Amino acid sequence: MSVRRLAPKELQPESFAFTEENLAWAKREITKYPPGRQFSAVIAIMWRAQEQCGGWLPEAAIRAISDMLEMPHIRALEVATFYTMFQLNPVGKKAHVQVCGTTPCRLRGAGELIEVCKSRIHHDPFHLSADGDFSWEEVECAGACVNAPMVQIWKDTYEDLTPESLNKVLDGFAAGNPPKPGPQNGRQYAAPSTGPTTLKHGGINVATDTHDGPALTDQEPKKATEAANVQERPAPKAPAADASEKNPPS
Amino acid sequence: MLDDKDRIFRNLYGLDDWGLKGARRRGQWEGTKAIIDKGRDWIISEMKASGLRGRGGAGFPTGLKWSFMPKDNADGRPSYLVVNADESEPGTCKDREIMRHDPHTLVEGCLIAGCAMGAHVGYIYVRGEFIREREHLQAAIDEAYEAKLIGKDNVHGWPFDLYVAHGAGAYICGEETALLESLEGKKGQPRLKPPFPANVGLYGCPTTVNNVESIAVAPDILRRGASWFAGIGRPNNVGTKLYGISGHVNTPCVVEEAMSIPFRELIEKHGGGIRGGWDNLLAIIPGGASCPLIPAADCQDLIMDFDGTRAVKSSFGTAGVIVMDKSTDVVAAIARISYFFKHESCGQCTPCREGTGWMWRVLDRMVHGRAHKREIDMLLEVTKQVEGHTICALGDAAAWPIQGLIRAFRPEIERRIDDFSRKATLDDQGVLDPAHMVAAE
Repeated sequence: MSVRRLAPKELQPESFAFTEENLAWAKREITKYPPGRQFSAVIAIMWRAQEQCGGWLPEAAIRAISDMLEMPHIRALEVATFYTMFQLNPVGKKAHVQVCGTTPCRLRGAGELIEVCKSRIHHDPFHLSADGDFSWEEVECAGACVNAPMVQIWKDTYEDLTPESLNKVLDGFAAGNPPKPGPQNGRQYAAPSTGPTTLKHGGINVATDTHDGPALTDQEPKKATEAANVQERPAPKAPAADASEKNPPS
Repeated sequence: MLDDKDRIFRNLYGLDDWGLKGARRRGQWEGTKAIIDKGRDWIISEMKASGLRGRGGAGFPTGLKWSFMPKDNADGRPSYLVVNADESEPGTCKDREIMRHDPHTLVEGCLIAGCAMGAHVGYIYVRGEFIREREHLQAAIDEAYEAKLIGKDNVHGWPFDLYVAHGAGAYICGEETALLESLEGKKGQPRLKPPFPANVGLYGCPTTVNNVESIAVAPDILRRGASWFAGIGRPNNVGTKLYGISGHVNTPCVVEEAMSIPFRELIEKHGGGIRGGWDNLLAIIPGGASCPLIPAADCQDLIMDFDGTRAVKSSFGTAGVIVMDKSTDVVAAIARISYFFKHESCGQCTPCREGTGWMWRVLDRMVHGRAHKREIDMLLEVTKQVEGHTICALGDAAAWPIQGLIRAFRPEIERRIDDFSRKATLDDQGVLDPAHMVAAE
């Protein structure tokens, strides 16, 4: 668990109101769920409020949203404090840098990225830089482990970083001209950096020489290929007997 | 090596168009109506025959799981399909590639799975961090609605609405009942089971929660035939699988390969080999942070599947392999994983809320050797007390990596303790010196 508290009173704005566009968006969001289940939209709507407030969620917004969804204030406060992507204190105006510091990123040098943030932004996470433009935090796994180390800034991830390229990314944000998101070493997303070892033909090699037209119809169950035959060949059997796991997992 | 023809995710690296046009060109949405027309019983029996085991970590047979859903909704409660796209375990980053580069496999899979379980509404719960991925997925759904592939009066004859919901940074919401709580707009704290979601799930209605990959592979399995899928890999561990290779390899990547591929082949072919050569391998974590690590000696002949990893006292998890070479501070690496679980514990049950923090603090001292040797056994005992005594599996997940560490690297921990004692000065108060204790948070 992590202990998370609302920002002190002096930082909290007096009131909060959605812009017209965001209000219409929030109303649409509620219709995704069955009637009477409007609570379900709380995370999405809080997220939108956080975006509108410059990257953090003031108490007034939490209360306004709970009123809008007709839920008790405490339920909305619970949600806001439970989910760690809701920033309860103001963050940097130009960038809030979320450095992934979990083991796969650590193994590839996330520690050095954190040092860059410490020296360049503030010694401590969640503190604004002197000019108020930047802040940083260490987050738990941002889900780009094969592109480690990485940071997430606003909606985008910057991957395969070195201290130098992170500095470049931050320079870009400081100048109001963020670099192109994704791998910063020219790599094709999650493919090996030396080039894909599979799917070398752009991914649409299924309907080429060996197949005429749409090969994969259910009328013609596809035969196992050679690649499959070199593996040990199983006798088809119902998998029910193998349900050795305790519970149906997620 | 798996032939390119046998790959299900044909745009894994985003080299082609991820939209509907590209998806159709790659063979998706082909013959979907014929599959739906064969009915739910046929779909479920094919899925059972294919031997697909859930790709979210625990490996429960997907066809069987679908068959738990009630056949008739006589009491008036609707059925729901919920897709778990809250992929947050360190080392696992496969669903991200599906959502951003091949989202139509998932959308099509949702329609088919919805039909198989009698659900007319589906929710995809995407983790908060995956913002661009969510946008791609939403765009794909919008395209599918527009082309009348899904929706109330779609061309496939199974009315089906699909929505994207999202979280905001809570690993625990990957647990299926916590996910349902979160989807209902609450804190993501897991529910007691039973009742299982198939009876009482989202809004108290029958619900099935499946991993993204399990759903996304379904259309291709049904199109190509269960025997095709069952013919790849070895019995009980069949099909293709997305592997993520991270850590100390030369070329980390996500790759679709056959189940039961030898670990060494996977690393040499796709990961570009271990950094510094095969002999430089120290240990691996085979399937996301919660799996016990496997020391190098056991990696030589390791088969990457459910049974192969179980044979070396670990688990297959999500096949997100974290590779550690000999330069790794292995105690610190596991201590960081321990901190992860401490941070992500939802705080609902005591053994996990208190235990994860306690285990991390002890382990953090052991990184520097500031501990007694008897504490190693104490730590092991505490992991046993946390394991299996919590509502959800996060307690287990926090305990396993530590058990794996002690099993494989006890001499290393003891060496550090000896080193620390040897270097201690007269002023040092040893283990309990408050100046060196890690502050409890």
